[in-house]
Amino acid sequence: MAGIQLRSVEKRYGDTWVLRGIDVSIADGEYVVLVGPSGCGKSTLLRSIAGLNDITGGAIHIGARDVTRVSPRDRNVAMVFQSYALYPHMTVRENLAFPLKIRKDPPAAIQAAVAEVAGMLELGALLDRLPGQLSGGQRQRVAMGRAIVRRPDVFLFDEPLSNLDAALRHHMRVELKRLHRRLGATVVHVTHDQVEALTLADRILVLHQGVVQQVGPPRELFDAPANTFVATFLGSPAMNLLPGRVDDAGLSVGGVALGWVDGVGKAVRGDVTVGLRPTDVVAAAPSSAAGASPWVGAVDVTESLGAEALLHVEIGPHKLVVQVPEPSPWRAGAQVQVVPRRVHVFDPGSGRRL
Amino acid sequence: MRPNPVVVALAHVGLVIVSLVTLYPVLWVVKMAFSPGQGFSVGLWPIPSSVTLEHFAAVLGTTASDGTWLFGRQLLNSLVVSGATSLLGLVLATTAAYALSRWDFPGKEPGLGAFLVTQMFPGVVMSVPLYLLLDLLGMLDQLAGLVLVYATTAVPFSVFTLKGYFDTIPRDLEEAAMLDGAGRVRTFVTIILPLARPALAVTGLFSFMTAWNEFVLAATLLGDPRSFTLPIVLQRYVDDYGAAWGSFAAGAIVVSIPVVALFFALQRHFIEGLTAGGVKG
Repeated sequence: MAGIQLRSVEKRYGDTWVLRGIDVSIADGEYVVLVGPSGCGKSTLLRSIAGLNDITGGAIHIGARDVTRVSPRDRNVAMVFQSYALYPHMTVRENLAFPLKIRKDPPAAIQAAVAEVAGMLELGALLDRLPGQLSGGQRQRVAMGRAIVRRPDVFLFDEPLSNLDAALRHHMRVELKRLHRRLGATVVHVTHDQVEALTLADRILVLHQGVVQQVGPPRELFDAPANTFVATFLGSPAMNLLPGRVDDAGLSVGGVALGWVDGVGKAVRGDVTVGLRPTDVVAAAPSSAAGASPWVGAVDVTESLGAEALLHVEIGPHKLVVQVPEPSPWRAGAQVQVVPRRVHVFDPGSGRRL
Repeated sequence: MRPNPVVVALAHVGLVIVSLVTLYPVLWVVKMAFSPGQGFSVGLWPIPSSVTLEHFAAVLGTTASDGTWLFGRQLLNSLVVSGATSLLGLVLATTAAYALSRWDFPGKEPGLGAFLVTQMFPGVVMSVPLYLLLDLLGMLDQLAGLVLVYATTAVPFSVFTLKGYFDTIPRDLEEAAMLDGAGRVRTFVTIILPLARPALAVTGLFSFMTAWNEFVLAATLLGDPRSFTLPIVLQRYVDDYGAAWGSFAAGAIVVSIPVVALFFALQRHFIEGLTAGGVKG
């Protein structure tokens, strides 16, 4: 196993920048998840680590080795593709043995390694089948097995769970976590699924337009997002963003004074963007003294999610999503008092956290 | 919905008629081959009234003036020329098609266009320049010269067919092989070529059949009966001095057997969707 250093990594096609100034150190054995919207450069970054893309600037180190100009076959990295990329004309056994055969391992060692991985991933009964005869989940496990069997320095996962149905995805997510603990491997995992990112990662790296927005443990990104992009990208339902103002009396939104709500820095003054997670808000009847909030609005739409419900509340010109426990007493048209428990404050110009 | 039995019956009657129309000329050739005498049969009934193997014996037993078995030699010529043509054509075409499928390089589009243009001219147009070229190379009346000509004319079609097939093979598979430690050549040989088997079978068979049946260039470039390929031999049965239709028909059947056999041998490779299942699906 080995860590990865990305030093000022850049990639551009002509005048179009895909990656800009990526400086990240990934520790040996760390599970890092790259997230971002489509086209943010996360797959390009992963492929650059694999050596499948050339980078136009910077350097990539794996362990102590500068691999920037090293071909993919000599980087000792294993990749699980979104498409799984199993060799269709080879059986599961041949697929698993392929990298070892190329390495010219002795046949007995290959057999032992394949048997071990097959046992680990419960592929024993499938070894003589062709990929076309397997289900999606089984193919995914074979792809994983082909990566594991080589004992590479680094594992690269390119949206490995995105082709599975919801139940299987959850199951494989847990499996991945277990596997990582067992192998102690360095993993870089690309996904656009934030649940995957939050549950699997030791650290999450959020990319937007080829630029790193924030790197840190999931909790840190969730609790203290560096900017409005990270704030709205992580967390479901997304954080509410409203224009507000902080003066000596504290925070006010749309002219309604809310006071010194938790999360507003005492040194902050002037116009701000207020971030409010739907879970950080309490809804109460307008007359009740629950929060004694002056913030009152009308419920526009309600969405039931089973254990919780989402209320879409209109307060003046602003719309706010509030999460409440089910069964919820709120119906469309009802008046509701909104009590913010905790807010995030961002610079309205740059979007940076204040 | 169950199909209407009348419609089904009519469809079958139609299919039987079309089959008969297709098979009738073939049956007629069979009739001439097995009928005594060298006359041109004019009867409509395609079954011979009496059966003889004399034409087959005559064709297969043709000997040269020095007593050597000429037909055997000519059959071998045809096999060698057609086999070598497919092999050489496939080697040139697979590598060219792979490069055209996977890389962008200057001249790629014009090159593909040029390949297409060569397909628009009949082979006869090239017979004079090819004759002069082979003469210059000292390869006239040699099978190697004919192989060279056939292989180069087979390449454009093969490149187009193979490139189209390579385009459908996901690049992920090559990238996976590269990350598994395989180099370009190994990836090509162990991943791409096995997956392209149906296309290789089709293009190989096409090159073989084209070379096997080609007459005009062979007749132009070969002069010695000992270097003749079978189409020239067949043509000699029906020439200005007389027409041995019986021998011609027997020869035609003998000549078609290897191609038919090859088709059946390669038939199992003509399966589509070999790549199904390798990537999500």
